[in-house]
Formats: sequence, structure tokens, C-alpha cells
Amino acid sequence: MSGFLEFQGVTKRFGHVLAVNDVSFSVKKGEFFSLLGPSGCGKTTLLRLIAGFEQPDEGRILLDGQDITRLPANKRSVNTVFQNYALFPHLSVYDNIAFGLRVARRPKDEIEREVAAMLRLVQMEDKADRFPNQISGGQKQRVAIARALVNKPRVLLLDEPLAALDLKLRQRMLLELDLIHDEVGITFLYVTHDQGEAMSLSDRIAVMHSGVCEQIASPAEVYEAPKTSFVASFIGDTNFFDGVVTSFPENNYCKLDINGFAEVVCYNDKQKAIGDRVNLSLRPEKFRVSVDPPPRQNPHMNVLRARVEDIIYSGNHTNYWVSVGARRVAVYQQHLGYLLDEKPIRWGDDVWLYWDADTGYMLDDYAPIDESLLPPKAPGGAASANPFTSGREDGAAK
Amino acid sequence: MTKKLREALVTSPSFIWLTLFFAIPSLIVLAFTFHGHTANGGVGEWSLSTWRELVDPDYPVIVWKTIRISAEVTAWCILLALPCAYAIARMKTKWRAIVAGAIMLPFWTNFVVRVFAWKTMLHPDGWLQHCYFAFLQFRAWCFEWLPPSVRGFCVWSGLASPTPPDPASSTILDSETAVVLVSVYTLLPFAIMPLYTAAEKFDFSLMEAARDLGAKSFYAFRKVFIPGIRQGLVSAFLMVFIPAIGSYVIPQMLGGTNCVLIGNKIFMRAIQNRNIPHASALATLMAVSVFLPLGCALWWRRHQAARDKREVEVRAARLMLGGTK
Repeated sequence: MSGFLEFQGVTKRFGHVLAVNDVSFSVKKGEFFSLLGPSGCGKTTLLRLIAGFEQPDEGRILLDGQDITRLPANKRSVNTVFQNYALFPHLSVYDNIAFGLRVARRPKDEIEREVAAMLRLVQMEDKADRFPNQISGGQKQRVAIARALVNKPRVLLLDEPLAALDLKLRQRMLLELDLIHDEVGITFLYVTHDQGEAMSLSDRIAVMHSGVCEQIASPAEVYEAPKTSFVASFIGDTNFFDGVVTSFPENNYCKLDINGFAEVVCYNDKQKAIGDRVNLSLRPEKFRVSVDPPPRQNPHMNVLRARVEDIIYSGNHTNYWVSVGARRVAVYQQHLGYLLDEKPIRWGDDVWLYWDADTGYMLDDYAPIDESLLPPKAPGGAASANPFTSGREDGAAK
Repeated sequence: MTKKLREALVTSPSFIWLTLFFAIPSLIVLAFTFHGHTANGGVGEWSLSTWRELVDPDYPVIVWKTIRISAEVTAWCILLALPCAYAIARMKTKWRAIVAGAIMLPFWTNFVVRVFAWKTMLHPDGWLQHCYFAFLQFRAWCFEWLPPSVRGFCVWSGLASPTPPDPASSTILDSETAVVLVSVYTLLPFAIMPLYTAAEKFDFSLMEAARDLGAKSFYAFRKVFIPGIRQGLVSAFLMVFIPAIGSYVIPQMLGGTNCVLIGNKIFMRAIQNRNIPHASALATLMAVSVFLPLGCALWWRRHQAARDKREVEVRAARLMLGGTK
């Protein structure tokens, strides 16, 4: 394992709190690498370890083969874009960007040239003489990026850089970040709690949870093939099923008996044996619901009868909550055709619920499922006495 | 209209206070200087005799000495208070209150009593005297190495004496050093407090940003922390320099005849010689000597700032032209 930026068994404690617990991974040169996780998972600590603001208790950090574990922050060829930007309020935009070059005592004409190039890159040429309190949040963001990039760092560290921006601006900056990454070709290490940002920008994502890297993979892999129940629930929404292997109807496929739900077929890539307990993750958008029976059946297709408990229409798709036995299942269905032509699904309808066995994914760990990580429950509740009236009014009355 | 009225009402107490106890007395003092004095200590007829009497070669020397000692005291106070304020601001909240309280603790003892305690500590048999004499010898030794022009300047400005120290006459009590030392001791909390208040509001992640951009700790302290607490520095300067200029008790009790400052002269003229107009003239002279250079410096800074701004605008314009080509 040799990468451009490498962590080898890095551990960091604050008092008796284990912030980063024996983390090892490596980032390739020029990669857009994200550290994703909920607040307090240790991702920012990890970033601060690279920047040199904290020292690890154990382990090593290598940058381009050189051990930088004990190197002071000002000697590391990495630069940070801070969450609150940390622009110097007493310096103009120009002087903020020039700060690093002036520290390095670069010649005056070179500073002028480099800063001008950076101002052009982030489209802030006309704001060079403004002060940080005279520009907007998005502009501060760009100055912060330019101030870091002008030093030509070997790794650019971004600490939740878009967290303080409103939604529209965030989407625009996301695009700009991507363009800047393509243009400068520097390794980006991006810390975020927002899976959307991480998914859309990154080449690879490290999903972190209580100081541990749960999975390091491409966005698609993290989403489609989550290793742990935490990854499955943190990235996107999912339905968890807790089952026992009963038989092998086919090579590579097994039948699971899921208590209170049904017997379902699923792809067995984990070499499970009969009697093994399995935690199965099924993404809501992998299901289909329809009033008519599914058009064709193959042995890998699971087909169940379900009752619609709640419907939330969201334009490009609709969220359904359906019940099968004692279980409620979240289903996100795209409107492939013209919605008004389709046979309408209404609250309380008995429908067909079907999905391909290949779309389910067995998780490595077998952790008790954290209820708070499940998709939001629809109002009304599963135990609604009369499914036909299970609506908002009914739920509120309870 | 009502809003303006309300604003006027809110500001009126301080306005009335300043008018009654600052503006009017200052004008009275100024008016006194254009009067003669009577034999029994009263204020005489309108005349310019007081200003004419003021032409004494001693006065410019004393004014300069007062300004120099005040500047020294201010410099020491700020120099000592800066790391102190920085350290307190970086402490845990619980400790901050305790330390800030400890700094204020000496104020519970009467000022004159504290100065008297110093008088005991500075006794010619005390260890502070020994330290002082060692310091004088060291300074004389350093002085030898200076080029003659610098040496001349030091003697002229009073920073150093031209002769080597004499053990008999070099007592720390009744010396300028004692006045500076005790003034720094007295005024230090007034420098720490505004600096601490400013440092507490300072965003220390900026220091991290500076470190991240390659700055050494001291560079970051100089280029980011100091500008960040500029307001605090200005208040600390005013809080120390102005009381130091008006200092009277400390030079009186610890300075002896070697450190007579303008405050002591004013006291002498007003109380001993019963010449109120002369004392008023001295006070006016002192105020003008301080505020004239200060005003000039402020004007110069504003002038500089305007010039810098124009330069930045030119640079920005050039950048934009470069961007469009």
C-alpha cells in the first residue's frame, strides 16, 4: 500500500475520548478524496492531524513518502480551507491571498502575478481591494480557496467549506470546486457531513463513524455495496431486514426467512451457510410498487403483496410506505411514464411489491439497527387501525 | 424626530457630565493662564505675565522628561501586558475569571500604602538595590561599545549617563528607575484589561490559518494577532499614557530630586507658591505638548491610509485590465 498521502495506524485521543481510532488509508495523487461522517466522527480531527494542528498519539502520516507526523504546521506543504474561512479581517482580499507568498518571501512581481492568476481562477478580480467584511459568504469562500491554492500545496484540505452557505450557492460552489480541482490537479481532501457533496465531488469516499473508517470506496460502491449497517444507513436511505438463511434455490442465491416479513431470495456473495443470521439492506428505490401484477417473473424476482400506508408525492418521484406483514417498507418510485396515464395508487390500496434479488446487499456486520437511522416514518404509524383512513388527520388525532 | 429626541435624552447625562466637569474646567484653566497672580494666592487681572514667566529653560526639560518617562512606562506596560492578555484569552473560561480577578486584586489596597511598601522594598540595603547597581554597571559596560554618535544621543535624551555608576550616589530609591518601575507596577492592570478584552474577542482560528500558510508563531503573532487587537492596543495606550503624564504621587514619593515631573511642578506652583495661573499655564503647556504631536501623527496616518487606498485601487484596476485581455 503506497499512496501520495498515507495514514498508518493513526490514533488520536482527547483526554479519554478516542477521536481517531487506528485509521489507515492512502490517498492517490490528484484524487478528490472525501472524509464523510456525522459530526463527532473524527473526520475534522483527521484533517487537523494532516494540517499539523494536532499531533497523533500513535501512528504515522506520510506525504509523498516523507514522514510528516511531527512536522510543525507551518512547514507542511498542505493548505487548509477553513469551515469559517478564517480570512484575516484586517487585510484586503488581495493581501489575504498574498499572505502565504509574503511569508515565503517570494519576489514582489511573482506575488503580484500569482495572486492575479488566483483572483482570475476564482473570478474575484474586481473585488481585490475589498475587505472580508465587505464581501458575501460565497465570495469569502472563493478567497479562502484562492488563499490556500496560491501556495501550490501538495494536498488541499477542505473542512466543510460549504457548510455556511445557502442551498443555491452551495450547489454552485460545488460545481466550481469540481472545476477548480480539474484545473489545478492538486489532491483534494474534503471533509463533510453532507453525503450529497461527497457523492457528487469525490473520486473516493472514506465513511467515518466514531473514530473508525467504516468503508473506503467510490461513491457508487459506498452506496450500492455498503460494508456495514452504519454506511448503509448514513449514505442515502435504506430498509434493513434481519433474516436467517434457510435454503439455496440456486448457485450464489439464498433464501432468507425474515421474521414478520416474508421469505425472500437474495444474492449470496458473502458465502453464508444455512442457519446464518444476515443483515440485509434494500434501498427504497430498488423496489417497485404497482396495482397490476409485475409483467414477468424470474427466479431472482421477489414478489409480495403489500398495503399502501402513506404516499408523499415529490414531483419527479413518489415516496410510498407500504406494509408487508408486520414490516413497513419505504419505496421511492420514479415516474417513468406520464404519471396521469398510470394506474393510480391510493392510500390503503393492496399493491404488488417486487424487486430483483440482486439489488439487495448483505452487510458485513450484524449490529442491532439504530431506529434513528431508518428512513423517516410516515405520519399515521404502522399500527393504524383502519388503513383507509391512515392519513395526517388520523395521526395527529393519536 | 422623536428618535432624535430619544437619542439626545440618552446621551445627555454624559454630555452634561463632560461639559460640567471637563470642558468648562479646562476652559477655566486656560483662562487662568491669561491672568496674573496676587500675593495671597488669588487670580489677578487679565495679563500675559504668566506666559512670560513661563520662559524658563527648566520647563522644556521637565516636559520632555515627563513625556519620555510616560512613553517608557507605556512601552513596558504594553510589552508585559501583551503576552499576559494572550495567555489569559487562551485559558479555560473558568481560569480566565480567576486570573482577571487576581490582576485586579491590588486595587483593594490603598494606592499610597502600596507606593509606601515600594519605598521599603527599594531601601538602599535591599536586594533590589543590589540588582539595580548590577544593572547600572552592565549598562555602563554596554555603553562602552556604542559608536560615539549613538552614545551622544543616549546622553542627550537621558537614556544613559555619561559617567560610570558611583556606588554612593546610585541608589534606586529617589531615581528615575524607581519611578518607572513603580509606575509600570501601578498601571499594568490598565494595560492588561483592554488588551485581554480585545484578545478574548479575537478569533484564534486566524492564528491557525496563518500557521497553515507557513507563518512561524511569532510572525503570526505580529501580523495577525496584533492587528486583530488594535482597538485594545489603542485603549491600553490611552489608559496608561495619560495617567502616566499626570503622575504625581509616585515621583513625589520615590523620585526624590532626580525625577521631578510636570505633575510635581504643577503641585509646587499651585500649593507651595500659591500661583494658580502659573500652575494652569504648566498644565496647558503639558496638554499641548502631548496632543499636538498625537494629532499630527493621527493626521499623517489618515493621509497615509488614503494614499494606500488609492494605490490598491490602481492595482485592482490593473488586475481587471489584465483579466479582460
